Amino acid sequence: MNPTGDPYPSHDAVLEQAAQWKADNKGVALATVVATWGSSPRPVGSLLAIDEGGQFTGSVSGGCIEGAVVAEALDVIQSGEHKLLDFGVSDDNAWEAGLTCGGEVRILVERIG
Amino acid sequence: MRSETLYRLLDDRAQKRSVVLATNLKSNEQILIYPFDNNTKTVNKILIKAACEAAHVDKGRTVETPDGEVFLNVFNPPLRMIIVGAVHISQPLSVMAEVAGYQVIVVDPRRAFATPERFPGMELRIEWPDEALEELGLDRRTAVVSLTHDPKLDDSALSVALHSEAFYIGALGSKRSHAKRVERLKERGLTDDFIAQIHGPIGLDIGARSPSEIAVSILAQVTERLRRPGLS
Repeated sequence: MNPTGDPYPSHDAVLEQAAQWKADNKGVALATVVATWGSSPRPVGSLLAIDEGGQFTGSVSGGCIEGAVVAEALDVIQSGEHKLLDFGVSDDNAWEAGLTCGGEVRILVERIG
Repeated sequence: MRSETLYRLLDDRAQKRSVVLATNLKSNEQILIYPFDNNTKTVNKILIKAACEAAHVDKGRTVETPDGEVFLNVFNPPLRMIIVGAVHISQPLSVMAEVAGYQVIVVDPRRAFATPERFPGMELRIEWPDEALEELGLDRRTAVVSLTHDPKLDDSALSVALHSEAFYIGALGSKRSHAKRVERLKERGLTDDFIAQIHGPIGLDIGARSPSEIAVSILAQVTERLRRPGLS
């Protein structure tokens, strides 16, 4: 928990960590929840920052799809091409990671810098 | 996202400036839009309007534009609650508001009330409310809650708050004491329209009795004003 008691890190904390990784000369990607359908654990606008080593801070789902997003982010850091990812219960062939809550989310993953 | 965009975003956060990050989902082109400032001449008008609405309700959204879908992510300044009066209700309210994500500042010129023992870890200002509120600068992400039980202190806080952009202004007191307060504020030259912005008696009517329950009713009302700004 951060000092405000919010169980999720703030936008500021995520962006500051991303800037810190950039300052350390690391490749960094940012994932953003751009749309949700049904009940999804994190609202539109939620952020997750990922560094080239697979470290991450922030949250786009409360834990259920972070692993898959981090894996995609490593790709994006390499290629520099942004991606739009869809996750959801209906999408059983593309992703092993589903959302336990039954919702769907669309996530933008982009490289920083 | 370009590094410069990230740094500008962080700078806007530090300056407590509302900003909307607009991202074209096809091209990944990005611009920053300032919904409450006039520095966006080159930006598409539809986008500015949508960004203003998104900032107002504090919620991101996707809009259709001739160039494709654009995602608007809202970065509003942090929420603040300024509690005037270091009284009993202020103790649970300050803790609850902090948990709800507010930066809390407790203002009371009475040293005996505003002690770190009674408000562990809280930012305390032992100052007259009008001076403290002027210094703090009440923006549209600030709630002002006046609980002193002392007309001199409450009135001086309310006079400043009513001329600010604060999204919520509330004052403790029964219907009778609120009516008296309205009269006093009129004598200070405030008009009915201004005075009507005050939530008084403060809090949602949930039958609250104890200081903690009253704190819940206040935080509930502040939440409602934050999340349903159009209704009152």
